[in-house]
Amino acid sequence: MNLYTASHLEQNGSSVERIDVQSAHPPGKPHQPLYEKRKKIFPKKAEGQFRRFKWLVMLITLGIYYLTPWVRWDRGPFAPDQAVLVDLAGRRFYFFFIEIWPQEFFFVAGLLVMAGFGLFLVTSAVGRAWCGYACPQTVWVDLFLAVEHFIEGDRNARIKLDAAPWSFGKLWKRVVKHSIWLLIAVATGGAWIFYFADAPSLAFDFVTGQAAMVAYSTVATLTATTYVLGGLMREQVCIYMCPWPRIQGAMLDEHSLVVTYNDWRGEPRSRHAKKAAATGQPVGDCVDCNACVAVCPMGIDIRDGQQLACITCALCIDACDSVMDKIGKPRGLIAYATLEEYDHNMYIATSGGTTAIDPGKVRNTDGSFIDAMRHFNWKIILRFRTLLYFGVWALVGLGLVYALLSRDRLEVNVLHDRNPQFVLESDGSIRNGFTVRLLNMIPEPRTILLSMEGLPEATMKITGVTDLPGRLFAIQVEPDKTLALKVFVTLPKDAISAEATDFRFIAEDRSSHEKDSHPAVFNTPGPRK
Amino acid sequence: MADQLTPNGHIDEVSGVETTGHEWDGIRELNNPMPRWWVLCFYATIIWAIGYCVLYPAWPLINDATRGVLGFSSRAEFAADMNAAKVAQSAVVEKITASSLQEIAADPQLSQFATAAGAAAFRVNCTPCHGSGAAGGQGYPNLNDNDWLWGGNLDQIYQTVAHGIRDPADPETRISEMPAFADMLKPNEVREIAAYVVSLTGTPRDPAMATPGKQLFADNCASCHGEKAEGNRDMGAPDLADAIWLKVDGEAGIARQILAPRHGVMPAWNARLGDVAVKQLAVYIHSLGGGE
Repeated sequence: MNLYTASHLEQNGSSVERIDVQSAHPPGKPHQPLYEKRKKIFPKKAEGQFRRFKWLVMLITLGIYYLTPWVRWDRGPFAPDQAVLVDLAGRRFYFFFIEIWPQEFFFVAGLLVMAGFGLFLVTSAVGRAWCGYACPQTVWVDLFLAVEHFIEGDRNARIKLDAAPWSFGKLWKRVVKHSIWLLIAVATGGAWIFYFADAPSLAFDFVTGQAAMVAYSTVATLTATTYVLGGLMREQVCIYMCPWPRIQGAMLDEHSLVVTYNDWRGEPRSRHAKKAAATGQPVGDCVDCNACVAVCPMGIDIRDGQQLACITCALCIDACDSVMDKIGKPRGLIAYATLEEYDHNMYIATSGGTTAIDPGKVRNTDGSFIDAMRHFNWKIILRFRTLLYFGVWALVGLGLVYALLSRDRLEVNVLHDRNPQFVLESDGSIRNGFTVRLLNMIPEPRTILLSMEGLPEATMKITGVTDLPGRLFAIQVEPDKTLALKVFVTLPKDAISAEATDFRFIAEDRSSHEKDSHPAVFNTPGPRK
Repeated sequence: MADQLTPNGHIDEVSGVETTGHEWDGIRELNNPMPRWWVLCFYATIIWAIGYCVLYPAWPLINDATRGVLGFSSRAEFAADMNAAKVAQSAVVEKITASSLQEIAADPQLSQFATAAGAAAFRVNCTPCHGSGAAGGQGYPNLNDNDWLWGGNLDQIYQTVAHGIRDPADPETRISEMPAFADMLKPNEVREIAAYVVSLTGTPRDPAMATPGKQLFADNCASCHGEKAEGNRDMGAPDLADAIWLKVDGEAGIARQILAPRHGVMPAWNARLGDVAVKQLAVYIHSLGGGE
């Protein structure tokens, strides 16, 4: 018997309204039709710390997404001044002070690896935080729901409106809602294209109908996907389309934080706690008010346990906490908990699984929890698995930083002519042809010195630069450009000693002290007999 | 209800779903419906196919095929693409037509275009004899080196490509013929000349034969090949003192060429490819490394 529970329900129980709602995804229902129609979900507005946190995350993520293309960054006269720009036509990617050429795409691959391990790290530590807070699907559905709430009212009003016959009022509300959704969708698609061109001029061209066709089709596609996925399909995307809920099961373990209904203190749930307590039956903290189900954007009942459809947005925690406050019980009937602590507390509440749940077993007579109860300890986040993920994540990150700091902004690439591999000249000397590419990877014009190391008797001729043979040439390379040179190297007859001789092409910028070299091979038919 | 719908009226006990009525060793196949979206997509493809058959060429007939309402043809599309490419190039082509070879070579844009176009024309028309790398072979000159029979500047290369060598169909063709010395010289004299020619760049088998060979060369060969055997580009007489041998290598081969010379023939390309293509070929060949 739990006197504490009973007495408080007596005082406050009447103030908790019971909401008539069922899980849209009940577990383990036998003979469930495979092609059942979607059950409409009307999430109730939640209030609390997690709701506030979600608003904050939404503000930050959407702010970054919509505003980033408009941030300016001065790079001088030879490069665009947009801070973040993917210049597909020019094959350059600009990110604030970093400029990436296509061959440096491994930086992006590295960031993706980091994102992957970051996701593993976050998931193993705090569960599906990505799904619940930061995933674009979650954020945009949240935004669309906020619009819906603003136009059509909260849950009950929306259910009523949905069931009502068509009228001018209903039509008006629906048109306004879908119009705002479409506006958001257009803005979402519109923001995307600004990452690929100069934002202000593209915005002008776009509005005046002068932008490229691909800009309009991209906006149209993203408008459609945003509207359909965020406005119409909502939770179905997470449950039926997204692979991550299926993968993330492998990331969670008994120490991962997941949104948990603590049935060791909630069960047996009762709407008539007073009556039950009076007859001497055990009574749990759950008053079966269904507030947790009503706020759930996925339409599930968290009291059914951990499930694929739960994105751990924690709104049920907010809903339940406010009910617990109302009836004067400690918060945390639904809370972030690890499976390990849940199992421990459940073991106490059921005497090791021998009896049904008796919430009295976890409480002292004054209502406080007994000392043997296990609560969440932040140290559990620092365990081998999370440290390993963090280690890999940090290693990749450090590797990228090192690569960024030590990368070359001056490069030389060499391609030997394949056909013919060598040419016999009339004086018996041997000539080899090379395509030498000088890469000036900074947005400033440069004078690059091209020379040879090795083959001391050989001389170079560069088509279009000079007709005179030599071993050192000063070549002007335009800012942020590659210059391809046709270089002929000639070795006099007397100096030919081997069929293949290694040497190097050297590219040097004496003003910045940058230097790069590339190996090459000089081919000959071999020394004359 | 399910009993009425299925011919055999069999309902699977475990799932409660009707079966197709097929049975294999007691295993029955559930008759689950196709997903609605799938069925809708299927119908959509049928409608699409009907529309496609009406609009585009679709059904094969005996000598032809249905043309489709839109009149689409991939050949016509290809021709239009090629035409568009031609129009896009026309400005540069016009400039090349109007410019001299020297002007083309001096202009980076023109020379880049001409080199690329010349390379394409070379691959189609010239590789059978000169090879894809223009390195030639025995009897077919290597165009990469700096040894030119008829001259290696832009104008000389242009002239050779345009009018060919010993092309009977072209009145302006380059022409020359080395006489057969089998009737004029004794076999021993031929061997002595061959020994002398070899001695210019190497060591003959019998160095003593080179001495009388020198005089014989001055009497019989120098008028075309030059006093120092340096050749004569006006008549396509090869330089015999350099390291490059077009047709033969070695004393016996040289002797055979003196007795009964073989002559290469190159067709004239001006009539076949047009002046612009020949100009482009000249620029390309000149850029290979041996151009003068």
